[in-house]
Amino acid sequence: MAGKVLIDAQHLQVMLNRLCCQLIENHNDFKETVLIGLQPRGVEVAKRLVELLENNFGCKDLKLGFLDITFFRDDFRRRDEPLQANQTHINFLVEGKKVVFIDDVLYTGRSVRAALDAIHSFGRPKNIELMVLIDRRFSRDLPIQPNYTGAQVDAIESERVVVEWQETEGENIITLTNDAEV
Amino acid sequence: MSELSVDHLLGIKDLTQEDIELIFTTADQFKDVINRPIKKVPSLRDITIANLFFENSTRTRLSFELAEKRLSADVINFSASSSSVSKGETLIDTVNNILSMKVDLVVMRHPNPGAGVFLSKNVDSTIVNAGDGAHEHPTQALLDAYSIRERHADLVGKNVVIVGDILHSRVALSNIFCLQKLGANVMVCGPSTLMPKHIHSLGVQVEYNLRNALEWCDVANMLRVQNERQDINYFPSVREYTMQYGVDMDLLKSLSKEITIMHPGPINRGVEITSEVADSDQAIILNQVENGVAIRMAVLYLLASKRKLST
Repeated sequence: MAGKVLIDAQHLQVMLNRLCCQLIENHNDFKETVLIGLQPRGVEVAKRLVELLENNFGCKDLKLGFLDITFFRDDFRRRDEPLQANQTHINFLVEGKKVVFIDDVLYTGRSVRAALDAIHSFGRPKNIELMVLIDRRFSRDLPIQPNYTGAQVDAIESERVVVEWQETEGENIITLTNDAEV
Repeated sequence: MSELSVDHLLGIKDLTQEDIELIFTTADQFKDVINRPIKKVPSLRDITIANLFFENSTRTRLSFELAEKRLSADVINFSASSSSVSKGETLIDTVNNILSMKVDLVVMRHPNPGAGVFLSKNVDSTIVNAGDGAHEHPTQALLDAYSIRERHADLVGKNVVIVGDILHSRVALSNIFCLQKLGANVMVCGPSTLMPKHIHSLGVQVEYNLRNALEWCDVANMLRVQNERQDINYFPSVREYTMQYGVDMDLLKSLSKEITIMHPGPINRGVEITSEVADSDQAIILNQVENGVAIRMAVLYLLASKRKLST
């Protein structure tokens, strides 16, 4: 862990629980809803939310998928270091379903724009919502706003919001770092 | 690594093992894409690709064209028989004319070995070799190795035999390079008249007896006898070739283990393999065709990503 702590483990747990409650308010038994974690960092958030919804809130048969947006990005041939594609794992159609995109940090909105394109390969959803742990306010390049937000953060361009998890990085924590430190 | 070490795909010889692995992992994702209800991604929407086929091709041309369209590229097709080539135009002139129409990528099949290399040095466009004479056919080798990996999980230590007309086969040469880079053991098997003189220098085993070769291998890649490239008779008759080097079900069943049968197509049914073998569960010929599209999408995507957009 490096940089300033924005959200510690305890606060993060409260945040995830609150997001679960908000989801239940709008989606009841999730019969018509599918949850989609955006690759790569949204997957971990989505898995945790599903775990909480099933274990603590008694939700059953949740449909969870992972969507990779690499081939739908708008910066192809513009990045110095091309991005490597991740696995898409959606073994259901989203036709007529309520889709909830789940990601860790919402910054410029370009990934979400790509995801809006990518999801149509799996059908035409009834509607699409966006849930993020961190909303970096005032930094959007596109008119995209989240429906569910864990916390809002104001950060300048050279700073990065990093979400870390116990299983992968050793600690549940959200920090603010300078790009140079990462 | 997320970028190829080469700017053109001219042959497997130029690729590193990491390049091949990167193409495979990218192809994994494209294979997923082509099995979705909507099989298209917009990655190459600002790329124009010219398919220049100076030699006949059905499978490779269709596979490339499909891969290009699945990636949303703009595609123009050219075949030598219906062009000014028959009026005496040189390769460079033909290609430069096409490139002045602002083409980014050229996929080329040509009867002369080295045509792709020549082009890459003389025109400002990314070149993908879709077969140059008896030299290389890199995407075929990649899709063959990818198909073996899919069936056998890993290529390291696997025994692969390439059977048939090694002398005239670009598939054989590219396959040898590719399989060796991925750690497989390679053997070639065929009549001595169809075996290149210095084949040993490539570090492959040579076997003239088909049964011995099949007993040794995990995978047999059966090549077609390239009648169109044979200026003299290399064996007495097709019937004799089939008796010596054709695979039928009886031969497969008599082996001590179950081997995988591959064929790059087009198949001469009843010559190198019987219909029964081609349609059996041991054959992965149609998997090869499906994987061909995914591999070509990966190659085009990775090469296109190296053509940075100048703003």
